[in-house]
Amino acid sequence: MVTAENLRERAWRAAAGVVDPEIPVLTIADLGVLRDVRVAGDTVEVTITPTYSGCPAMRLIESEVGEALRRAGIGSFHVITMLSPAWTTDWLSADGKRKLAEFGIAPPTSTAMRRALFTKERVPCPRCGSRETERISEFGSTACKALYRCRSCAEPFDYFKCH
Amino acid sequence: MAVSPLYDYTLRLADNALILGHRLSEWIGHAPVLEEELALGNIALDLIGEARALYAYAGSVEGKGRDEDALAYLRDAREFRNVLLVEQPNGDFAATIVRQALYAAFVYPLWRALAASKDKTLAAIAAKAEKEAAYHLRHSAEWIIRLGDGTTESHRRAQAALDQLWPYTGELFEVDPIEESLIANGVAVDPRTLQSEWNHTLDDCLAQATLDRPSNRWMQTGGRRGRHSEHLGHLLATMQFLQRAYPGATW
Repeated sequence: MVTAENLRERAWRAAAGVVDPEIPVLTIADLGVLRDVRVAGDTVEVTITPTYSGCPAMRLIESEVGEALRRAGIGSFHVITMLSPAWTTDWLSADGKRKLAEFGIAPPTSTAMRRALFTKERVPCPRCGSRETERISEFGSTACKALYRCRSCAEPFDYFKCH
Repeated sequence: MAVSPLYDYTLRLADNALILGHRLSEWIGHAPVLEEELALGNIALDLIGEARALYAYAGSVEGKGRDEDALAYLRDAREFRNVLLVEQPNGDFAATIVRQALYAAFVYPLWRALAASKDKTLAAIAAKAEKEAAYHLRHSAEWIIRLGDGTTESHRRAQAALDQLWPYTGELFEVDPIEESLIANGVAVDPRTLQSEWNHTLDDCLAQATLDRPSNRWMQTGGRRGRHSEHLGHLLATMQFLQRAYPGATW
């Protein structure tokens, strides 16, 4: 017999397996984009939240969550996008941070907080570990990343910035 | 005719974000270096994302079934409520950066204050936008310092952009009757309360940039009431072309 709890777990496992289309080493659960899975009657409600207001991956993530649920045999569902509370890099799982570093993207260095206008973040190089790095640009290939360069090993790298 | 103060207020916020986002997107393929191409594109994306959320909300407040696309693509210049600053042409890179800094130094504290709005939807949108605006402000402020304290030529261009755009900053702090009731109810932010932080941010940045703050001479106004410079019509002609040529086209 399918209990609500059992359905919820199956739906969570399915949704949690969806990867971010731009950083495919991370699942939406690692990122904290997957906020909640609920069961109301025989319908599953999955709540996701965008990392950035203009994140172009949201629609794709929504449709991939739907696909994953269907593959898990769940036909009756809604995917809800919620803005509040606002996503923060504090929700990145420890496992997610480790996977980011292995992928060559420096994970966020600290917890998100309001900063003075011109503070500099010390970001260790994800390749050689050196702290002698410099920011090339505040914005990288996606909204959530900045471009850095390591002065020790001379490699450029992405930094998943605090948000 | 006004639908409701909340609709007008939300539309003003949305139009500022969309028009500036569209302006920045005009740099794609033309930015001076690849890193700035990415930066300006990313900022445009943030702004257009903010606009989408705000338009969706404005449409639901209005209650006439208009969605974000209808509000973005099917209104003419007189119906847009953005401040004149954001529709000003990109000019050179210095002008784009100065325009961005003047705007970001204003919206960063605006979003922070609006995150405490009694209107839960505006508060949610603002809480996200504040984090984005922090990066936009830092990006443009650092560039102003680089340009102002750079070469003779970059200094001259940054100062010229500042002098040119300064008369458009007064409108940011205007309050009209549409907003007064919302401010009293704790829904809208009184922009006059943001003036001192804006002054402080810019004074700090301009001092490091060795640029002179222009005097507060006569200020331009009108955009928030639908009276725009000639530039907005040209921008809309490009942005709305597809929906004008093929009404109702969808992806």
